[in-house]
Amino acid sequence: MTVEHATPSSRVGVVLVAGALIVLALAPFWGARETLRLLAEIFTFVALASLWNLLAGYAGLVSVGQQAFVGFGGYLLFALVMLAGVHPIAAIAIAGPAAALVAVPVALLIFRLRGAYFAIGSWVVAEVFRLLASQISVLGGGSGISLPASIVIAMAPSRQLREFELYWLALALAVLVLGAIVALLRSRHGLALTAVRDNELAAQSTGIDVTQLKFVVYVLVAFGTGMIGAMIFLMKLRISPDTAFNVNDWTAFVIFITVIGGIGRIEGPIIGTIVFFVLRQALADLGSLYLLMMGAVAIVIMLWAPKGLWGLVAERFSWQVLPLQRRLVSAAETG
Amino acid sequence: MTEWINVILQGVLIGGLYAMFAAGLSLIFGVMRLVNIAHGDLIVLAAYIALLVTQGLGIDPLTSLLLVVPIMALIGYVLQRGLLNFTLGDDLLPPLLVTFGLSIIIQNGLLELFTADSRKLQAGAIEIQTVQLTQGIWLGVLPVIQFIVAVAVIAGLQALFYRTALGRAFRATSDDQPVAQLMGLDTRHVFAMAMALSLAVIAIAGVFLAVRANFDPSIGPARLIFGFEAVIIGGLGSMWGTLAGGIILGVSQAIGAQINPGWQLLAGHIVFLAILGLRPQGLFPKVSG
Repeated sequence: MTVEHATPSSRVGVVLVAGALIVLALAPFWGARETLRLLAEIFTFVALASLWNLLAGYAGLVSVGQQAFVGFGGYLLFALVMLAGVHPIAAIAIAGPAAALVAVPVALLIFRLRGAYFAIGSWVVAEVFRLLASQISVLGGGSGISLPASIVIAMAPSRQLREFELYWLALALAVLVLGAIVALLRSRHGLALTAVRDNELAAQSTGIDVTQLKFVVYVLVAFGTGMIGAMIFLMKLRISPDTAFNVNDWTAFVIFITVIGGIGRIEGPIIGTIVFFVLRQALADLGSLYLLMMGAVAIVIMLWAPKGLWGLVAERFSWQVLPLQRRLVSAAETG
Repeated sequence: MTEWINVILQGVLIGGLYAMFAAGLSLIFGVMRLVNIAHGDLIVLAAYIALLVTQGLGIDPLTSLLLVVPIMALIGYVLQRGLLNFTLGDDLLPPLLVTFGLSIIIQNGLLELFTADSRKLQAGAIEIQTVQLTQGIWLGVLPVIQFIVAVAVIAGLQALFYRTALGRAFRATSDDQPVAQLMGLDTRHVFAMAMALSLAVIAIAGVFLAVRANFDPSIGPARLIFGFEAVIIGGLGSMWGTLAGGIILGVSQAIGAQINPGWQLLAGHIVFLAILGLRPQGLFPKVSG
């Protein structure tokens, strides 16, 4: 008996994903500047939603405070680049481990809270980060600061090349985050995580150290979220406590994306991000009504299709885009 | 010295308001293990309803409570029976996400209806009246009324929980829902009554908040956090604990603000995190979460 991950749908899926990646990697040769910017923003949201999905959908840690790490990454980038003269790309690489390091004491504190109280506890931590950031006067205090033009210009010889560089960087980071999540889920620990997702008590009784697993996932997700945060604010070129630690932008949207697409499935956040951006492009003129509708859509999906849009598709046709499932295959079948 | 006594007294009095934020949150968590993320936004909603009532009928804010409290209680009952009851179950995610969505809906609905302008309820001369306690120590009449009301609300909830049939139903459902159902309790109704009561408390808190300071549609989440911190500091499930938690939070913020205006909120959060680190069950715990 051997364990097989792939199914016919995932074999098609992998080819499709590879094709899409090639098309996206070549986007600077076919897309206008606005298209590149929009795509780069989409990549950051796919990554943020996938990370939140890993945290909430698999490890059962429903955090509404991930903006803490987005903002931390952003502020660390500005601090390293402006105060220490570090190259922006190096600063993004540093933001990951630094966020993970910060996540350790945070986790030790808020893991004392259970369930929904954990959610609000994580939010308090993000508020503390926001208030602390507004006390840093060298980084603009409460009103924020812009990245000096000299640093931006030094990134690439021309404006066009800089745009390309940022685009490829965003794509690479999103692929890195998604690739890491897929690798994690295909590993032994991924099996344990999937077991925790399906039934925490049963998982514990088979010998999985659930608390330790959750702790590791929390720290790893902070790693990724910090890097994406640094990337987001390298593209925005301006940071302030209110934008960096914004609960709507970095948590509410991310949660809606994941819930609409399908929580607890790797494909969910990707589908959700596409739906989210299509809705946003179509309804952007509505202003606050648009947010109100997103809230309503998320409630409706949560009540009537709790596994999201991809959940409906996956259960109807038992599709999976990436080879994550485990099936036992007898020797006769493979032979 | 008198300056610090004044600061601490102000903190204690504002703590009463935080205790009212916390009491509603604690009540529904106790009865149905639901954490209402929209709690803060419902407080702001109550403030806006009071604004409409006071302007429409030309009555003062404290009198408007006679209308705002039943309106909010009704909203609570309908909200629970029409929506939130469907989210309850073993899974943690639905109630959390649905109330989170609700929070976004209320915030943006209020923004659409009332714009982002700051509003305030005018209570007239009572707003600036003070009483002298001793040499150099003055208390505002309104904060004192607010604190007395908060104590009365907590005492009332405590009495309701332990001396009435409804309170017995709350406790029974909290202890064991299936058995409570077997005994003939309609838990859907019990939950809806708990939410109605929670929103009645929210109505009182919302009116006092709106008289005390400016409000706009975006301030809800911070009120949720204050209420939540008071609950955790006081200890889950203890009504008088929430009052103690509110006071500790209020005093911490007042002391922080006195040292540096930028540290007001930070001081409150730090004290909360310190208590979470040192004594996660809170100061006066009753049930485990």
